[in-house]
Amino acid sequence: MTGFLKKHGWTLGLLAILLTLLIAIRVVQPNFGASGLESLARAALPFAFATAAMAVVVIAGGIDLSVASMMAVTGVTAAVLMDNATEGQAVFAVIAVLLVGIAMGAINGALIVLTKVPDIVVTLAMLFVWEGVALLILSTPGGGAADWLRSIIAGPVSLPFLPEAWTFWLPNAFIFMAVAIAVIWLPLRRSKLGLSIYAIGSDDTAAFRSGIAIGRTRVAAYAVAGLFCALGGLSLTMGTGIGEPVPGPYLMASVAAVVLGGVVLGGGRGGLLGPIIAVFILRAIRLLLTLMAVDPNVTTIVEGTIMVVVVMLGAILMMRERRS
Amino acid sequence: MTDSGAEPLLLDAQSVSKRFGAVAALSNASLHLRRGEVVALMGANGAGKSTFVKILTGALRPDTGHVQIKGVDRRVGSPAEARRSGLVPVYQEPSLIPDLTVADNLRLGDTDEAAFRHWVAELGVSDLNLGEMIHRLPLATLRILDLARALASKPDVLLLDEMTAALPTDLVEKVLKTVRAQADEGLAVIFVSHRFPEIAALCDRASVLRDGETVGDLPIEDGVEDRAVELMLGAALTPGQLAEDRDAHVPQTATGTPRLKVSGIGLGGKLTDVSFDLHPGEVLGVVALEGQGQDELFDILAGFRRAETGTLEVDGTTREFTHPADAIAAGLTFVPGNRAEALLMDRSVRENIALPFSARLRAWAGLPMKREAARVAEAIERLQIDTRAQGEVRRLSGGNQQKVTIGRWIATGVETLLLFDPTRGIDVRTKRQIYPLVRELAAQGAAVLFYTSELEEVQLACDRAVVMFGGRVVDIIDAAEADEPTLMRAAYGLPRNAPAEAAS
Amino acid sequence: MTVAADQPTALIRLGRFLRDNPVIPLILLLFVLIGVLEYMRPGIVNERWIGNTIKFAIPLAMLAACQTITMLTGGIDLSVGVVATVSAFVVSSLTPLLGAPSAVTISLAAAVLVGLVNGFGVGICRVHPLIMTLGTGLIATGCLQVYQRFVIATGSEIPSFLEWLGTGRTFSLPNALFLFLPFAALILWGLARTGFGRLLYAIGANENAAKLSGVRSWQVFLALYTLSALIAGITGLLYVGMIRAPSLSLANPLLLPSVAAAVIGGTSIFGGRGGYSGTIVGALILTVLGTLLTLLQMPEGARRLLFGLIILAVTALYVRFTDQS
Repeated sequence: MTGFLKKHGWTLGLLAILLTLLIAIRVVQPNFGASGLESLARAALPFAFATAAMAVVVIAGGIDLSVASMMAVTGVTAAVLMDNATEGQAVFAVIAVLLVGIAMGAINGALIVLTKVPDIVVTLAMLFVWEGVALLILSTPGGGAADWLRSIIAGPVSLPFLPEAWTFWLPNAFIFMAVAIAVIWLPLRRSKLGLSIYAIGSDDTAAFRSGIAIGRTRVAAYAVAGLFCALGGLSLTMGTGIGEPVPGPYLMASVAAVVLGGVVLGGGRGGLLGPIIAVFILRAIRLLLTLMAVDPNVTTIVEGTIMVVVVMLGAILMMRERRS
Repeated sequence: MTDSGAEPLLLDAQSVSKRFGAVAALSNASLHLRRGEVVALMGANGAGKSTFVKILTGALRPDTGHVQIKGVDRRVGSPAEARRSGLVPVYQEPSLIPDLTVADNLRLGDTDEAAFRHWVAELGVSDLNLGEMIHRLPLATLRILDLARALASKPDVLLLDEMTAALPTDLVEKVLKTVRAQADEGLAVIFVSHRFPEIAALCDRASVLRDGETVGDLPIEDGVEDRAVELMLGAALTPGQLAEDRDAHVPQTATGTPRLKVSGIGLGGKLTDVSFDLHPGEVLGVVALEGQGQDELFDILAGFRRAETGTLEVDGTTREFTHPADAIAAGLTFVPGNRAEALLMDRSVRENIALPFSARLRAWAGLPMKREAARVAEAIERLQIDTRAQGEVRRLSGGNQQKVTIGRWIATGVETLLLFDPTRGIDVRTKRQIYPLVRELAAQGAAVLFYTSELEEVQLACDRAVVMFGGRVVDIIDAAEADEPTLMRAAYGLPRNAPAEAAS
Repeated sequence: MTVAADQPTALIRLGRFLRDNPVIPLILLLFVLIGVLEYMRPGIVNERWIGNTIKFAIPLAMLAACQTITMLTGGIDLSVGVVATVSAFVVSSLTPLLGAPSAVTISLAAAVLVGLVNGFGVGICRVHPLIMTLGTGLIATGCLQVYQRFVIATGSEIPSFLEWLGTGRTFSLPNALFLFLPFAALILWGLARTGFGRLLYAIGANENAAKLSGVRSWQVFLALYTLSALIAGITGLLYVGMIRAPSLSLANPLLLPSVAAAVIGGTSIFGGRGGYSGTIVGALILTVLGTLLTLLQMPEGARRLLFGLIILAVTALYVRFTDQS
């Protein structure tokens, strides 16, 4: 039990913070209920995927500044492909979008490995490149999304074998996110590739000595990040019904959530659960401030400050660790 | 003990050579092993041991010569390849992934868990939890795990690279016993070590490297220590000029308040109770094999690290350094062993030498270009730096680069100079300029701490020499008595004729 | 190990030459671009066009100065666009209330504040500059939006001397040169002839060596990012005088070109190499390139894509040339 606490202490602490925030929200707004949770989950959805993408590359010892741009590319790709498409064709559009995401991630990774330019510089350049690509695909917001796709993340869960009173509280968006991330991450984490991703982030000399192909693992990590970005872009289009070519504020938020979620910048440590909870914490703070009738712009400042402070504290912690 | 001459060689490395640019790290190294043999690989600092190990494990490709394992040529260099071919290395630093559990590490390397557990128990670690993160385990345990993992992969040849360093005695015994027992059942072992008692307990033969060449293959018997030391030193051939230099240098005995008094410095498992004095006008040599704590000692003196115990006194005042700037303020200036660490490779000679001038806040404004030029020119003149390629330090020769790192402190005025192996990998001519320079600085009142991996330099440049082994000062020898055999024996922790402090 | 390369290949030698004298090929490239422009639209290159090109290259070159000095230490400053916007907006909104001198002082103080936070994060907390400056940029944007709601009623006025500086011409050359020429001279002098300039190169070339020589790098970072923000603030003042319409995203579009100008100008994104003269030519090249792309009716997306690829390609070539890994 103590071992469990020790290992998951950070995650449990985050859960406690989230619960406190939800209670605070309830206190501020007594009629906050199922629909409030639903909108919270929907708002958190793209942030959660961006964070998952960032977490994977950070665990592998890298960073990807182009997550928001890749989400923009996949979002507009989905919107363009699904515009005037039949429901059936939309299935293929989804598959195509996921493949596009994987391809973009793999390109990022391959450029880092092949050019030997540091990841932060390559992905900065790719941030602009993917942003440009998104604008080329769709210069102004437009396109469409299949209705069945939109309904996946709308409303609460309804399962035939469970009474509605139980499922009423569970937003579909949350289930979609949990299932998508679990389906990708859980098998990956236990696989050899997953272990290798942790290994190259943890200590690349030791990884090399253990016989891991470092370059290939790195490309794979970025490809997985690309896949998560594709899900993020897809969820953006699912949420709004149109494609938006200008990247949203997902970069800074994902870095902050990753750090807050217990993934060490530098690699090797942490998982996806912590960062995802951190996303909800950041969203809940925003919601709380909004409900307290704080100017939304002030909310943005508070949110930004929290992110920067989290990243600074993370950097200080890392410095401490390196010194000892 | 190599009784079966007919038996095929398990490992056969013949006339292996390797150059790095103009430097020949290995010129003619050979090693062969049969089933059941344990061979010690020995060599002084810079003899090419680590290069040879890298070639054997497949991390480097040799320029000439070949490495055969079980009669098959080793081709491409990758650790994974080496493993498959049957040669499994265990390094000084653990090669387990710090942020994964023991079990995950085993899965990553396809190690048989049952066999691994067996070896872990055999090696004396009883309470291992496979779910524990590697970075939570003590270093000694990690070495054992590394070895257990290697043994579990059923290697034909096991390469142990300094793996017993910093292992507690009881574990060392277990390791030696287990490895020996495995050897008796047919495992061949290469044992890279500085420690004679362990070599004597474990090995059948010792293969000695000197200057990149295998110079001897000694059976382990009484008196092998002396033969090995002799071989490592070579026929103590001193070129005539060096002898002259040596005669010209009369060691000084200094008294009075020491410039630098080091008392009881300790740092983790790396340094224990290190104490010595350094006087103005004195050149104090530091002699140690690789990794005996000298790096940490110099880091502490230069302000890069803080000691956990002990004190530093400069001119009788206790000082604490939290940043190299503090050390510099106390007059302690550092020339590190790796020139690449000290130089702005892309910048000019002038900028490199003038760097400390701008370090302090009040020197941030406009530069006194003329005065700076004069001071830099003086340092260049005094060190005879070849300035033909002065636009970019990267393009200078190694010797001239080294002069630039020293020149930086000469231009600022030397009080205490910490030189870490300043002559490593540089040409003889430059070396012969550095000794008189060091003497001259001392004659002008500077105190110099001079770590060297070349034992002959102690008598060429130093007044006394501090010998370190296993993180401790094991002996302090006057230059007059510090001939190479004496230093070499002391560096290996062997007692002087009259037993000095016991080596740990 | 560190034996000097005896036989550098032709490629390396060419790279070395270009690295040592980046300005020469850059100026050639500039003239080639101008030639292409003249060929595509004969008569376009005239006195007026030259004046305009210089005028619009100046704010870009000034923001690129921020990237140059931060990149020399291996950093970057992604908050400059926002900082310039903030100072522009603050000055134009406060001038009607407090008069030009106070408005200018307050707007520059706001810029310096952002710089101090950046310097604190980079120098003391050791956050990567990219993340740090991105974060402060976001916060500053938020602050600007809040600020805007308070001053929306006061109206805006741009100090007349800023308008003179931004839009006026003397002998058909833009008045902005009165600001830019001393500014450029100061930066060039500061990088080559001051202790601070030396330290920027030293930290970028080898931070460990600088530390070994007694440099406390947090001091340098704090001063550097503050200076960078101050330059961005001044640029914002000039830019608002030029555009004469303060908005909440006034100078933001200059951010990406400012990074590109410094990179094209031969300043290494890894630090330790480069200088301001190349950056100035880089800014001119990008301005001419901008005209060219507009003539070609290149969409905005293709423009960003191109800038991103330029940054990546130049950096990759640099790595290849110097064999850094």
